Amino acid sequence: MATVSTNEFKNGLKLMFEGEPSTIIENETVKPGKGQAFNRVKIRKLITGKVLEKTIKSGESFEVADVMECDLSYLYNDGEFWHFMNNESFEQIAADAKAVGDATKWLVEQDECIITLFNGNPIIVTPPNFVELEVTETDPGLKGDTAGTGGKPATLSTGAVVRVPLFIQIGEVLKVDTRTGEYVSRVSK
Amino acid sequence: MQWQPSASIATLKNRAKIIAKIRKFFEKRQVMEVETPTLSQATVTDVHLHTFDTTFVGPGFADGKQLYMQTSPEFHMKRLLCAGSGAIYQMSKAFRNEESGRHHNPEFTMLEWYQPDYDHMALIDEVDELLQVVLSTPQCEIITYQHLFIQHLELDPLSADIEAIRKVALSYDFGDFVATESNKDTLLQCLFCFVIEPQIGLVKPIAVYNFPASQAALAQLEHADKRVARRFEFYYQGIELANGFHELQDANEQLERFKQDNKERLKEGLTEQPIDYRLIEALAHGLPNCAGVALGIDRLIMLALQQKHIRDVISFDVSRS
Repeated sequence: MATVSTNEFKNGLKLMFEGEPSTIIENETVKPGKGQAFNRVKIRKLITGKVLEKTIKSGESFEVADVMECDLSYLYNDGEFWHFMNNESFEQIAADAKAVGDATKWLVEQDECIITLFNGNPIIVTPPNFVELEVTETDPGLKGDTAGTGGKPATLSTGAVVRVPLFIQIGEVLKVDTRTGEYVSRVSK
Repeated sequence: MQWQPSASIATLKNRAKIIAKIRKFFEKRQVMEVETPTLSQATVTDVHLHTFDTTFVGPGFADGKQLYMQTSPEFHMKRLLCAGSGAIYQMSKAFRNEESGRHHNPEFTMLEWYQPDYDHMALIDEVDELLQVVLSTPQCEIITYQHLFIQHLELDPLSADIEAIRKVALSYDFGDFVATESNKDTLLQCLFCFVIEPQIGLVKPIAVYNFPASQAALAQLEHADKRVARRFEFYYQGIELANGFHELQDANEQLERFKQDNKERLKEGLTEQPIDYRLIEALAHGLPNCAGVALGIDRLIMLALQQKHIRDVISFDVSRS
C-alpha cells in the first residue's frame, strides 16, 4: 500500500481521505516559528464531488488512491449500464448510473469521454466539453429573431433541455457546452 | 530554466535601504553587530524544527564530523553574552528544513538581538520602535495569550483541560486529528493559527505575551504565575514577525528542557538531537539578565513593500537557487 506524506502534497494528488478517493485542489503549509506545522488543504471527494477544507498535522501520511483517468468512447446503454470502449485495445468497460450521473444527458455514441477509475472501477464519467445534439422538441421559432431575448427551452435527442435562441427549429443540430449546459451555436450540416 | 531573480531589482534596492535603516537603528543604540557560525557541532532540540546537516572532512576529522546549519544564531549569541559582550545584534541566514511556502523559504534572513537588563516587556517596546521606523506603523497593541483566547474563543488556555480545548477545536471542523490529539499545545496552536491569528494585528502590530509554560522554549517562567513563560510574539497583517524571550538563565533548567525535547522527539518518531553542552556550560558560567528576540527580515520586508510572497523579496528563492 503506497502512502504519501504531507510534504508530497500538491494539486491534483489523489489520496484516500475519510475512506474515499479524493484529490487535492489547494495546499498551504502553515508553520508557527515555535510549534506544530499544519497543512491547510482543499480536498475534493471524487465520488460525491464534495469539496472540503481541512487542516492536517504536517508529517501525517495518507494512503494513495488507486485512481486513473482514461479516454474511452461511448458505445451504448443497455438499460442498466453505459458501455465504453478503449479505441486502441478495444477493451470495454461498463459504468453504472452512479458513475455516469448527470453526464448521461451528454453522451453521444462514438464521443470520447474521460472515465475515472478507482481500483479499476469507473466512478466518474466526464463528457467532452462540447457535444453536438439534434433538437427533438421546441416551440416554433420566430423568424428574424437574432438577438437572444431570453430564448426558449429546447429538448435535445438525449433528453437534455437547454435554452436556445428563438430561431432554432426542430431537427437542427446544436453545439452545447457540457460544463455549463449552455447553447453555443448551430452546426451546419 | 529560469535564471532571473525571483525579486525585482527595484524591490532589492528597497530591501537594501531597509537593511541599512536597521543597521543604523542599532548603531544609534550602541548595540554591537556580531557574526557567529552557520555550522555548529550541536543543534536545537525543538521538536518542530528540522535541521539541515552536512559533514566536515578535514584535519582532525578524517572520518567526517557531522555539522548542523543553524536554525537561529541564539546559542552562539548567548555564549557571547556570557563572555561579556554586552548588547549585540546579528543579521544572518538561518536554515530550516521542511519549510517552504508563502512565508517560508528553507534559508531566510533573521535579525536577532539581545539587550542586557531588559525584560520581555522592555524588549517588546524596542521591537515596536523598530517596526515604527521600518513600517511607519502606529504603536503596537500588547495583550496576553490568555486574554486573546478568552476574547476570541471564550476559552481560558491556562485553566482549561485538553477536553475543554478539544470541544472548542471540534466546533471548527479542522480535521480528523482533533478528535484524537493528545497534545494540548497542538490544539492550542491550531486554534491560534486558524482562528485567532487571522483576526489580530490587522491595523497595527500586536505583541502577544505570556505564552503557556509548555511553549516556553528558552524563556523564563513568569515568577508570579508559573503557568506562563516570559515569551512574546509579534503579528502584523497575517504575518508572524518576531519571537522573543526574557531569557532563561538557569543552566540546569535549560538542560532539562533540552532533554525533555529529546524525549518528545523520540515519542514522535524523530531522532534525538545532540544537546549543545557548550551553551549549557556558558549558562552555568552566567548569562546576564537579558531579553532577546528573533525577527524575520524577509517577512518584515514583505510588509514594508506590501509583497504577498517571500520569493518576491529575496533575490533567489529555493526553486531558483
